[in-house]
Amino acid sequence: MKHFLDITRETCPMTFVKVKLQLAKMNDGEQLEVLLNKGEPLDNVPRSCEEQGYEVLSNEPTDNDKHLILIKK
Amino acid sequence: MTLPIDKKKISIVCFSGDFDKMVAAFTIATGAAATNREVTIFFTFWGLNALKKNKGRVATGKSILAKTFNFLMGGLNNLPLSRLNFFGASSKLMTMMMKKHNVATLPELVEAAHALGVRIVACEMAMRILEVEKSDMIEEVEDVVGVATFLNDSEDAHIIFI
Repeated sequence: MKHFLDITRETCPMTFVKVKLQLAKMNDGEQLEVLLNKGEPLDNVPRSCEEQGYEVLSNEPTDNDKHLILIKK
Repeated sequence: MTLPIDKKKISIVCFSGDFDKMVAAFTIATGAAATNREVTIFFTFWGLNALKKNKGRVATGKSILAKTFNFLMGGLNNLPLSRLNFFGASSKLMTMMMKKHNVATLPELVEAAHALGVRIVACEMAMRILEVEKSDMIEEVEDVVGVATFLNDSEDAHIIFI
């Protein structure tokens, strides 16, 4: 199952917090697609997910200057 | 075989009961917990006001002095700004500005901290001075501890004093 989270309107620290809480609700093997802004969220959300043992499957820029990352729990 | 890596630990001493400093404490706490750190906040002195079950002004305590102090300080809704407080109006105005800019408000940060499992402990000595009982505080207060316990628990943690 694939979940989706848009954190483009969030600011630090709720960017990480919302991703972390969403991942906590999901089962192992499920995927989470996160839409985020460049800068702090893009620099740190994928990195902190990997540090916690989750797999970042893809990280692609979108047309409107944002990024879409896919994380596997 | 790789050995499991211990989680990094952060301990925050929340001494100040100022609104802006409380926002800083909870921002660091939630950010750290969300990035896989084990976080403890040790609330002491003015910081205890943020843990009171009743978030407004209540004359908690037994003695007249304690009741007066607790009434005047109030709870989470009465935390003053450390600068330009304007008799308490500024924290309300600051909350409005935070909402306008999509920045998490203090109650939202507190809620996130609880959801992320940030450990909340209260200082036994400050509670005794201010005559605040554990039953006067929010149920998320995990323990009432002294400085020795706090230091033992924080042995391999970064300690931040706010």
